[in-house]
Amino acid sequence: MSATVKTLVNQPYKYGFVTDIEADTIERGLNEDIIRIISAKKNEPEFMLQFRLKAYGQWLKMKEPSWAHVTYPPIDYQDIIYYCAPKQKKEQLNSLEEVDPTLLATFEKLGIPLSEQKRLGNVAVDAIFDSVSIATTFKEKLAEDGVIFCSISEALQEHPELVQKYLGTVVPVGDNYFAALNSAVFSDGSFVFIPQGVKCPMELSTYFRINNGETGQFERTLIIAEEGAEVSYLEGCTAPMYDSNQLHAAVVELVALDNAQIKYSTVQNWYAGDHLGKGGIYNFVTKRGLCKGINSKISWTQVETGSAITWKYPSCVLVGDNSVGEFYSIALTNNMQQADTGTKMIHIGKNTRSRIISKGISAGKSQNSYRGLVKIGPKAVGAKNYSQCDSMLIGDNAAANTFPYIQVDNQTGKVEHEASTSKIGEDRLFYLAQRGISEEDAVSMLVSGFCKDVLNELPMEFAAEADKLLSLKLEGTVG
Amino acid sequence: MTEMILAVKNLTASIDDTPILKGVNLEVKAGEIHAIMGRNGSGKSTFSKVLAGHPAYEVTGGEVIYQGENLLEKEAEERAIAGIFLAFQYPLEIPGVSNLDFLRVAYNARRKHQGLAEMDPFDFEDLVAEKLDLVKMDASFLERSVNEGFSGGEKKRNEILQMALLEPTLAILDETDSGLDIDALKTVAHGVNQLTNPNNACIAITHYQRLLDYIIPDYVHVMQDGEIVTSGGKELALELESRGYDYFNK
Repeated sequence: MSATVKTLVNQPYKYGFVTDIEADTIERGLNEDIIRIISAKKNEPEFMLQFRLKAYGQWLKMKEPSWAHVTYPPIDYQDIIYYCAPKQKKEQLNSLEEVDPTLLATFEKLGIPLSEQKRLGNVAVDAIFDSVSIATTFKEKLAEDGVIFCSISEALQEHPELVQKYLGTVVPVGDNYFAALNSAVFSDGSFVFIPQGVKCPMELSTYFRINNGETGQFERTLIIAEEGAEVSYLEGCTAPMYDSNQLHAAVVELVALDNAQIKYSTVQNWYAGDHLGKGGIYNFVTKRGLCKGINSKISWTQVETGSAITWKYPSCVLVGDNSVGEFYSIALTNNMQQADTGTKMIHIGKNTRSRIISKGISAGKSQNSYRGLVKIGPKAVGAKNYSQCDSMLIGDNAAANTFPYIQVDNQTGKVEHEASTSKIGEDRLFYLAQRGISEEDAVSMLVSGFCKDVLNELPMEFAAEADKLLSLKLEGTVG
Repeated sequence: MTEMILAVKNLTASIDDTPILKGVNLEVKAGEIHAIMGRNGSGKSTFSKVLAGHPAYEVTGGEVIYQGENLLEKEAEERAIAGIFLAFQYPLEIPGVSNLDFLRVAYNARRKHQGLAEMDPFDFEDLVAEKLDLVKMDASFLERSVNEGFSGGEKKRNEILQMALLEPTLAILDETDSGLDIDALKTVAHGVNQLTNPNNACIAITHYQRLLDYIIPDYVHVMQDGEIVTSGGKELALELESRGYDYFNK
């Protein structure tokens, strides 16, 4: 481009404030005692402690993965605080009214009012602040339909049998380095159980907030949809601006039984670091869904705009015959951000189908890689996959990569892969400018057009928000 | 006195340090249609892009006065909202953006400049529906992504549809006839003729005389090697057709 790519100006990060609240923090570092302390603080059943210790044992034997197309200085795992909970006046909260007003104000400021009167009528929220869940809204109303929506800590108290039955069945404790770490030290997360035949009457969502600068956030989410059940779940994430990096290593497990459907959407806007790459979240996340039953369906939709580094491959294991896995992704990187993200579709059952639509947008000096595996097993007769990976470059200094891995072990499998790379080039911008459309509007028009197939997959109230977020993140990227 | 819309004096411009325009002079008054003819590489298309403010071209000398103001100081987008419209030789595709949304954003950008409120999507749809007939376009075009998968003729008609909506003061048609069959050419020319009036002006850039059978110019200019070498009335186009460009070599 003819000297038109301006210095990148990042839109000030709106969620970068810190909440001043007294916290119950344990000493930094990781060892068996720390794990026992976390488990004891949460008054966990014995099986949970054993689960954690087993994971820790495996983690000690594992090596941090280095195959991703990202670079960062070594992480000192002994320098992280593994548990940090805001101190509340009462140990056991009976209602939202008892939540510390500072915390309520924090979520209000983030646009997530927790008081039920102020909420959108059709969205229930679990709010997680550092290591603990602060509040879950609409719990009673959901319970009328038999839906359980609460923090995983609470589920361990109230429904330990359900947690024990499913936890670690999709992502085993030793699955990978970060999953093992999470299994050892996870502090909170959301738990969802939709009983047989129930279509969850509202959208469920979890809002993750990292506040403390030295804490890692290790949340664990478990969603179970029994036979014929349906649920749509959305997570949002923000963090304050710190010069240091914080580690966020989450595990999400989804289980869909016969004819069940789970739709899981993410709008990730963790602090991305400044334009020089200082600070920001390391987002190293393992998300996997198990289509255990016949005709079940799991659909991942993600809009990844934040984090200094994103390492994340929401996957589907298609065990049930005729089950369907979907992955719709927008990954936007700007400045010095790095993203290595994609999916795995593992076809095991007959006539299983999967669909991958990935849109990567790279601006600034960022690195944006799509990495995806499509595996069609020997018994997955008639399995089909369609993958489409499109990259869009803004400016001359950003990079986009695509790493597709395809493995087909039977004759009847069908895999289609399409990929494209385009550039928000001068000519397109000129065309729009010639129609009187300002540069900012032109860029956001081109980007939302590029992302349309994915934005359409988001629940309606979040699609508009995500679209706005994308424009915001790109302000000043061309000029 | 007829209003002067465009006055170009000794305009020189280059791309990547290669001079393309080497002193173009042209005056266009309200109500006039000018044709600029010339071979490939003579600088015609560059001239249109320079007038519209394409950032890849550097103006190295001369001046362009548009409605009494220095056009060269304005960004492409400001020129557009001031009423300069370029019908592209190769209209660009914008995947995922519906033609209707695109047209509405462009239309509202113009309205905003005029101090008018943005038109809401419903009223806008009614407005577009009226204009569609002019270029014989079906309403289904509006739902498709801008120019994506359009045939050459459809793209050109879409350009004229935009022109109809934006009602430019100065329309520049850059080889709008290229790649069109005779029916499409007639449709496009008809659209342009409906849109010209005593208050606006049009510059039609073309290789061939045949466009000028349908859009009758008041003046014809021949461009060679970055300059206008000859100007005349509409009969000049016919002369050019019979004698060839070489006859007009400097």
